[in-house]
Amino acid sequence: MSSLKEFTKGIIKENPTLVMLLGTCPTLAMTTQAINGLGMGIATTFVLLGSCVVISLLKRLIPDQVRLPAYIVIIAGFVTLVSFLLQVYVPDLYSTLGVFLSLITVNCIILGRAEAFASKNSVGRSALDALGMGVGFTLALVLMGSIREILGFGTWFGVDLTFGVLEPIGLFSMPAGGFMVFGFLVAVVNRLSHYQISKKKMGCENCPGRAGCGGHCGTVSKTEGEGK
Amino acid sequence: MKEYLMILFSAVLVDNFVLSKFMGICPFIGVSKKTSSAFGMSVAVTFVMVMSTALTWPIYRYILVPENGAWDLGYLKTLAFILVIALFVQLVEILIKRFMPPLYKSLGIYLPLITTNCAVLGVTILNIDAEYDFAQSLFNALGAGLGFMVALLLFSGVRERIERADVPKMFKGVPAALVAAGIVAASFTGFGGIVENLFG
Repeated sequence: MSSLKEFTKGIIKENPTLVMLLGTCPTLAMTTQAINGLGMGIATTFVLLGSCVVISLLKRLIPDQVRLPAYIVIIAGFVTLVSFLLQVYVPDLYSTLGVFLSLITVNCIILGRAEAFASKNSVGRSALDALGMGVGFTLALVLMGSIREILGFGTWFGVDLTFGVLEPIGLFSMPAGGFMVFGFLVAVVNRLSHYQISKKKMGCENCPGRAGCGGHCGTVSKTEGEGK
Repeated sequence: MKEYLMILFSAVLVDNFVLSKFMGICPFIGVSKKTSSAFGMSVAVTFVMVMSTALTWPIYRYILVPENGAWDLGYLKTLAFILVIALFVQLVEILIKRFMPPLYKSLGIYLPLITTNCAVLGVTILNIDAEYDFAQSLFNALGAGLGFMVALLLFSGVRERIERADVPKMFKGVPAALVAAGIVAASFTGFGGIVENLFG
């Protein structure tokens, strides 16, 4: 039961994208269409699963002082592997993902799970945790990609939904639409969780990439909590 | 010169790294609450971007994929670049901590945060993908950094207003900031075509 929990927590309760607000760059960039979101999600899940398993296996061998560079090398190795696989088997997706495929290396979710979970837990539990987080990330990306594709292009996974009657709203396929849809989704998640999430510690403590947000994510979540 | 200015201006305005390429969103949302920290962060990012490009471009052209075609290790670029960036940032931090304590006080805190900023790795890889030569790469990196600065400074002004605005409870904090970022991004689409018209 508890191992099942490791898997399911990443999907809804601790969804890396919508609840913990990690990995925002690919979330915004790769969701103009649902299919891109799915591709990005699966590629990230693969890297996440692979690197968490390897890091969990090597957790006793990696010295503490150099663990972050070591993790980054392992992750970059899996990213290289994924880009080879995509280049050969799904060249279309490879060219759509473009530079964001390489940027999976610096996705906070992966370093975050490696640091917070895989380096402390057994291989099996790490794998389940990574798989759950990956599925959560993929679902969030597909959800956002679907919203933006339906509103911005009038299609869903390439199937036309407008029947030539409705005019799609082009704004949603542009960068501006990405920010807005993501803002609304986070707001809805806030509402659904009754503002509880913001009171808990956000994923930032676990995220070596908080680097990027300068640890300010914590302050942001505190101001959210004050609203209650 | 015209060609370099075109690269510079399109990186700052048209293909802004934050607002149209979605790179470096974390610091964009996280460090934009105060204008002073937004400025410090973007100076540090610009510096690291230009210097990392100056390091990674020769590494790619002379070590990974040498011109005489002896071998092609281009697929190792992600791994090599992230290591170079991480090492460089660490080195700069140590150096300015030792020799320039005042600068360290104002910029140093942002440096370790930059390693995992995807805009830095992004710009080095994009320079290779776009097949820019060395000078063009440097201008592109400079433009990317300045564009990051423009976006961050503009947005920190907007952000200070939002903090005081009366938004619905569910939108407080990050969601309101994201929606506002959408409006700022929409305004940047107005720059489309400006570079061709300026220099064309």
